[in-house]
Amino acid sequence: MTRLSGWGRFPAVEAKVVTARTTADVARQIAAGPLIARGNGRAYGDSAVNADSTLAMRGMNRILRFDPDTGVLEAEAGVLLAEVIDAFLPRGWFPAVTPGTKFVTLGGAIAADVHGKNHHSEGSFGQFVDWLDVMGADGTITRCARNGNSDLFDWTIGGMGLTGVIVRCGVRLKPVKSAWVIQNTIVANGLDAAIAAFEDNLNAPYSVAWIDTLATGDALGRSIVMLGHHAARAELPPDKAARPFYTKRPGTKRLPFDLPGGLLNATTVRVMNAAFFWNEKRKPRRSIVDWDRYFYPLDAIQDWNRGYGRKGFMQFQCALPRASAALGLRDLLQAVAVSRQGSFLSVLKRFGPQGGRFSFPVEGYTLTMDFPVNDRSLTLMDTLDQIALAHGGRFYLAKDARLGAATLAKADPRAAEFATQRQAAGWADAFRSAQSERLGL
Amino acid sequence: MSGGPVLIIGAASDMARAVARAYAQRGHAIQLAARDVTRLEDDAADLRTRFGVEVSLHAVDALDLASHKAFVDGLPLPGIAVCAVGAMGDHGESLADTEKAALVMRSNFEGPASILAHLANAMEQHGRGTIVGISSVAGDRGRASNYVYGSAKAGFTAFLSGLRNRLAPQGVHVVTVLPGFVATAMTEGMDLPARLTAQPEEVAEAIVKATATGRNIIYVRPIWRLIMAIIRNIPEPIFKKTSL
Repeated sequence: MTRLSGWGRFPAVEAKVVTARTTADVARQIAAGPLIARGNGRAYGDSAVNADSTLAMRGMNRILRFDPDTGVLEAEAGVLLAEVIDAFLPRGWFPAVTPGTKFVTLGGAIAADVHGKNHHSEGSFGQFVDWLDVMGADGTITRCARNGNSDLFDWTIGGMGLTGVIVRCGVRLKPVKSAWVIQNTIVANGLDAAIAAFEDNLNAPYSVAWIDTLATGDALGRSIVMLGHHAARAELPPDKAARPFYTKRPGTKRLPFDLPGGLLNATTVRVMNAAFFWNEKRKPRRSIVDWDRYFYPLDAIQDWNRGYGRKGFMQFQCALPRASAALGLRDLLQAVAVSRQGSFLSVLKRFGPQGGRFSFPVEGYTLTMDFPVNDRSLTLMDTLDQIALAHGGRFYLAKDARLGAATLAKADPRAAEFATQRQAAGWADAFRSAQSERLGL
Repeated sequence: MSGGPVLIIGAASDMARAVARAYAQRGHAIQLAARDVTRLEDDAADLRTRFGVEVSLHAVDALDLASHKAFVDGLPLPGIAVCAVGAMGDHGESLADTEKAALVMRSNFEGPASILAHLANAMEQHGRGTIVGISSVAGDRGRASNYVYGSAKAGFTAFLSGLRNRLAPQGVHVVTVLPGFVATAMTEGMDLPARLTAQPEEVAEAIVKATATGRNIIYVRPIWRLIMAIIRNIPEPIFKKTSL
């Protein structure tokens, strides 16, 4: 038995974990009883936790083939994006879509249909998956794609591991000219300005905003909007252009112990948020940033999830449709400001249209906030759920650790459809997570 | 680093896979050897795709002593040979069934020693090469909980020590690796203390470093050197009453 949780370290349960190294291992575990596959444990809640049987997929991390003509990479599901970048960025290729950490597996990225800073322009991870090998309840592997076994393919992308175990995949990488990103920052003094900045820059390949959730009044929603694109060689100074894929790799720092639970409180978060805002305001608008710092700033601090203390933390992430986004965001931010429960890291992002059948993104805006695990946070998050519901929002299951089944059902009619499909296809008996049980999927 | 490819014997294990990657990452051609080479095809594809190195597969059964000479003669002689062959067995079964105990002893001592003996002879003839034997701290002192496996590893450790002594004047270097606890298939499900447990990648990096710098005996996590020094030095009248 192993103490197991998601990245937020809440909830934690004693679980039986078995590592798969080959497809035979996967088949053996499926035959032994219902399970959930787990990648690198970067989902925040209990998406990849099953107390009776959790199948650790990091042992299946072989990169099998790469076609430099098409950019298609064939690999086992346990390969990390970090490994893909290590192997292929020097050859001029980068993940077409990446979340805010490179320490996710391909299988996990597909199961959660993760999005990145380019969702508005290029869609989610699933859009770049050509095919999947999924092991079903009977232990056989089905190759599925958009044009063959497309039902299985569509439900698996964003299906949270509940359609079978993804064992291999073919994903398209994108060609890049350098390891550098040109970043332009826009200071938005309030929510309307932030939204305007996104809408005015829909042609920027990458965009994301850090948002100060403790600002109130006219400053409510003040943000630093960060736009970016992969630098072409001509945009680089001569030293970088000469070796366009070379960046210094600073050593990672590690948070070696749990910070005291109360350290990140409303006052310290307020001070840090304000300091960050004024600091960003002072910086030059245009900068050249290496890929690691641009896409994965938090990866530089290993085990940063210990910063919230032993009890852990929770993320709240909802997506609001374009039409109701401005009002909905205002209500959400107001509720957070009133609660004085500052979120240490809060992110606002413009979404493009939905991809997979059960994928999270919807055209509009997504807001992400994190809160320490305590009763006040839980109460606040229930309030935020209701506000999101009132504005037609939906919730990101890769972040969720505490949503109720009734709330999910109200937010997302696709949940009932997915549950029905799971019963009909025989997936429900073989693939279950603590989250799927909680949410009645 | 010594020229020529790196041979990994017992290549299907977690530790061996990590070692292969560590050397391939530094541009070495890799020879993967195991009983069932079809199991290694995906690993070979992985090394080629990630690192662009040449990879060849070689069948060898550690328990089939008669085949070992032909196995070594059939290889382009490696610059570095890493032996990761081993099997812990189930200690309870080993106690009840002496045939099972003998199999553990043969898998951890007789077989690996036989393969390395042939490699040593070939390297001695060429006057160069490095042999790495992955043994175990379990061989440092026999304990009630795992002395069958431990005794075989003790034999293997002594064999490596003797080999190092014999080959040092011939320009062939021998490294003994005592990894301590490692998070692998072999230890899965055991409740191992995190501070004492290395990841396979750590073992691999330690081996690469040891072969590059000519170290003789390495404990992967330094704390194991201290732990084993204490365990070795507990007087027998006391030691026999402990349960470690």
